[in-house]
Amino acid sequence: MTDLASDPTTVDLFALAPELSVVVAALLILLVELALTGERKRYVNLIGLVGVVAALAFTVALWADIGDGARAAFGNAFVVDAYALLFKGLFLSVALFVLLLSYRYFSEFRTYQGEYYVLLLGSFVGMMLMVSARDLVMLFVALELVSIPGFVMAGLRKFDLRSNEGALKFFVMGVLSAAILLFGMSVVYGVTGTTDLAGIAVALETGERLPLLLAAVLFVIVGFGFKISAVPFHFWAPDTYQGSPVPVTAFLSVASKAAGFAGLLQVTFVAFAPLADVWAPVLGVLAILTMSLGNLLALQQTNVVRLLAYSSIAHAGYMLVPFGVATATDAALNSDAFRAVLIYLIAYAVMNSGAFAAVTAVTRSQPSRLVADYAGLGRRSPGLAAALSIFLLSLGGVPPLVGIWAKFFVFSVAVEAGTAFGLVLAAAVVLNTVVAMFYYLAVVRTMWMDEPTVEEPVAPGKALGFAVGGLAVLTVVLFLGIGVFTDVAGVSTLVASG
Amino acid sequence: MTAMAVPLGWYLGLAAALFVIGLVGVLVRRSLIVMFMSIELMLNSVNLTLVAFSRFHGTLDGQVMAFFVMVVAAAEVTVGLAIIVNLFRLKASSDADDVDVLKA
Repeated sequence: MTDLASDPTTVDLFALAPELSVVVAALLILLVELALTGERKRYVNLIGLVGVVAALAFTVALWADIGDGARAAFGNAFVVDAYALLFKGLFLSVALFVLLLSYRYFSEFRTYQGEYYVLLLGSFVGMMLMVSARDLVMLFVALELVSIPGFVMAGLRKFDLRSNEGALKFFVMGVLSAAILLFGMSVVYGVTGTTDLAGIAVALETGERLPLLLAAVLFVIVGFGFKISAVPFHFWAPDTYQGSPVPVTAFLSVASKAAGFAGLLQVTFVAFAPLADVWAPVLGVLAILTMSLGNLLALQQTNVVRLLAYSSIAHAGYMLVPFGVATATDAALNSDAFRAVLIYLIAYAVMNSGAFAAVTAVTRSQPSRLVADYAGLGRRSPGLAAALSIFLLSLGGVPPLVGIWAKFFVFSVAVEAGTAFGLVLAAAVVLNTVVAMFYYLAVVRTMWMDEPTVEEPVAPGKALGFAVGGLAVLTVVLFLGIGVFTDVAGVSTLVASG
Repeated sequence: MTAMAVPLGWYLGLAAALFVIGLVGVLVRRSLIVMFMSIELMLNSVNLTLVAFSRFHGTLDGQVMAFFVMVVAAAEVTVGLAIIVNLFRLKASSDADDVDVLKA
């Protein structure tokens, strides 16, 4: 990293441009919302859209600029490389989608629109900082910038006790796990004498394996385990998802979880890479527990949002599998494991966002969110029902949809590891995929086979209809074009340079 | 290495004790306010660890991080108390066991 500016007093503004444009948009929203009255307040959404599109443009420009290199700011605590830009592109696309999803929902809901958009954009800035963070302090601040606005957004319907309860559970678990994560970080700093991720790896390579250090590594993993809602830190997820406004649920289950995985990738594959034989088995066991428990509990759900919540817990389990087979020595295997997680995150973001978009559309006419409400949707709104079927089947892993690729890469890296534990993980993925099909297919069957209880079609509105349709097309197109992401040069630069 | 009047181990022992007291407090007590105070205790034990290690290594990184922890803890307090106050308005209770509307 010799070409990077390491003088902490100079700031490379171009490297920070995506974050800055989102921050500017958020501040403008706060200001403009005060001047607007009544119905007009909903137009602040457009400011958010412009800010996010500008940030996407800067991300593409940075991609073209860095090539195989990287840019850095704040004394190398903030690094823009291919890995960071790929994730920033993903987060900003999800941000666009959540803004589309929020437009009608919050213009009907009327209150706290400006505040909501500011919090939402703030949280996305946190995610963008997270993937660029190469320092424990930066990583921690970014993680909290993602979480704290999330607590408020979950409790945004403040006159509804359910929203409050969801927010409270999210908050208590979030703050508790942050405290545990911090304690782990403080000990890691104490033992290695540095907060730089690459520096920690160097110190761990040669240093003695104190029991205190190993405990600290597990503490850090616990902290991220909460963010990705892995068993046994998943209790908050179904309640918070059910209590939150649906656009917020979509945000929490897609973007916030992806940010948690990005942070986990950075600490495990970069900072703690020499200790892979300690954390890999732990995360592997967590993977099996998370996917099995998530799927078994999802089978019993009658509420669509809770069903998707447990399904998203199960998907976190699949995504943890590649962590379970990582080793301290085999760089090729680590690189494949890293890639499997990235591909899974991209596929999951597309299909899960789609599922929540379709649920938002139905919730508008039937707010009870029960699976029974979807009876006969195929006859009432064939387009919406077809799109939701595509998303659910893709989540289940049916070809020719993108979900099958996600599972394929996870499965193949588990087999490639060639260890007994790897084969156990692969078998767990296959078994769980079969179990999960039951509840995805049950919803699909309800939509197409059952008699409708109400006749009128669901009217999603322009923005939402566009989001649902676009994501359905993307779910199919990505099945054919997944090679774009597997071949991107330098996607695993993080592993190579770390 | 800077000379320390009190050995490093004592600081770490105190910090670990505070951390465990805080953790047990969160898990055992049912009053939301007390749970909240316990979490603050855990965060302060982190600060003590950071500052002690910072002095031990003779670098400033740990003390800088302690500042960030304080700022973030203040933000968490603001949001957390707001949620608890709002809950109290709706339910006239600040007991964690009373918050049970959402069930599978």
